Amino acid sequence: MVAALLGELPALPLHQAGKYVAAAYIVLFALVLVYVAIMAIRSRRLERDLDELLAREQATASQESSQSQQREATLV
Amino acid sequence: MRRTVGALLRKELLVELRTLESVPGMSLFAVTTFVVFHFALNRNSIDGDLAAGILWVTLLFAAILGVNRLFVADADQGGFDGFLLAPVDRSAMLFAKALALLSYLVVLEIVAVPAFGLLLLGPSLGQALPGLIGVLVLGDLGIAAIGTLVAALAVRTRARDLLGPLLALPLLVPIVIGGARASSPLLVLSHPGQPAARWLLTLGLYDLVFGLIAYALFDFLLED
Amino acid sequence: MYGKGLRALSISTVAVMALALALVFFWAPLEAEQGFLQKIFYVHVPLAIVALGGFVAGGIMAIQHLRTRDPRWDMRSYVAIHMALIFGVATLITGSIWAKGSWGHWWVWDEPTLVSFLIVFLLYATYQPLRFAIEDPERQSRYASVFAVTAGAFVPLNFIAVRLSSAYVHPRVLGATSNLPWQMSLTFLVSLLGIVLLYVTLCKYELTAKHTRAQLRALRRLADRRAGTAVAVAPARARSAAPSVHATAMTAHATERPGI
Repeated sequence: MVAALLGELPALPLHQAGKYVAAAYIVLFALVLVYVAIMAIRSRRLERDLDELLAREQATASQESSQSQQREATLV
Repeated sequence: MRRTVGALLRKELLVELRTLESVPGMSLFAVTTFVVFHFALNRNSIDGDLAAGILWVTLLFAAILGVNRLFVADADQGGFDGFLLAPVDRSAMLFAKALALLSYLVVLEIVAVPAFGLLLLGPSLGQALPGLIGVLVLGDLGIAAIGTLVAALAVRTRARDLLGPLLALPLLVPIVIGGARASSPLLVLSHPGQPAARWLLTLGLYDLVFGLIAYALFDFLLED
Repeated sequence: MYGKGLRALSISTVAVMALALALVFFWAPLEAEQGFLQKIFYVHVPLAIVALGGFVAGGIMAIQHLRTRDPRWDMRSYVAIHMALIFGVATLITGSIWAKGSWGHWWVWDEPTLVSFLIVFLLYATYQPLRFAIEDPERQSRYASVFAVTAGAFVPLNFIAVRLSSAYVHPRVLGATSNLPWQMSLTFLVSLLGIVLLYVTLCKYELTAKHTRAQLRALRRLADRRAGTAVAVAPARARSAAPSVHATAMTAHATERPGI
């Protein structure tokens, strides 16, 4: 592959140009990855908040059910 | 509508005449800048591209000073509320303020251009003047339209002195390009020519488009 | 439902971008003048086109917002412009790398497209500070939309003005796009499609995340109200430039027209 490319005799020395091309494509890749990382952090925070909310709701739900059980017990 | 605009414009000009807060500052700034350029460039006379560039950049920054102050009194002293209560077309304020800004720019140029001719310009100003006036008028129309819109946008934000210029400068770049390119053949030392029609057309088109945009969008800024 | 179609979109993005990369490096012929360095063209130019298109799209969405006053349009406009700004950063960086490789300088004023792009970028960089400087959310959305429309109209005009100002002085690198050999044109189109898909996917992803957060806030408010407590569990988040839309506003009509 490389031999075929070199055989085309590009204007700039290939190892030189290759570095720039690689840099340009890596920039794009890196930016996308940075965005993925940011979204991952946001997802984690969302998950944590949802867990907290769920825990709170379950606590109040169990509290209510134990309260209603107590009331039923006193009625009986 | 015309009466409303006339009344508002008269108010603007009266306030400016009494407080003198925009125009003297703008003019003084322009003249001082020319002096600064003399020292910064270390030249006694300039011509051609360089002259056109320096003239337009200086006018641009002086105009920004005026743009910054355009709506400040209305925002701080309830002028907007008073206007909104009146049963008039809201675009009247846009026209009045833009015409006021235009007149400030004209006065600025009456002071700054001769100062420029005296202090920095190599070739004589006389023969360049008719063409230059035409180019300046085209540029001023654009600065007035964009300046008024940006001033209204920036005045009720928290960093109004900073945001105004930040918003206005990129939007005014094509006017500086068009104005400088059009003026530069007028200011050449030997064989001064006429501005290229291409640049006059660009300036005219830009003025038209942004005039229409300002007219379409201004009402949305006044809603509260 | 903002997330609907996100999976299909992201899969097609990956597929098209992989195809584009393969075409760029294994099939497209080497350009005579610049050789291997010219391959940057396939990533830099699509990024520029999509960034500028994103800015204009943000302006169009802002027009819709001003017409309908629906806060969802403002949200979409914000995301479109925000993402386009990031693609703009990528454009400037890749353009700079290409310039360094071609002419040895990191920045060249002779390339009108680079210069006009820089001006547009500087303009849109003020979008978030503008939003941040206005506290009232309704006014923030309205003023931001006015700005987005103005700036969106500015993009083509600025491009024309800058291009006029430096025509014919230096041979333009992009002048060769008009008579490209068909292999290069095809590769370019596939790359362009890939970057467009990437932009749309990321915007949709962003909107989905914002909507999800808004739903969480609404849930939390409901829970607080039901508990009858003023237990302020909501973390004191710093004021942000992003529009904060209520979940109900975002889901209203969503059942009628799912997705964006």
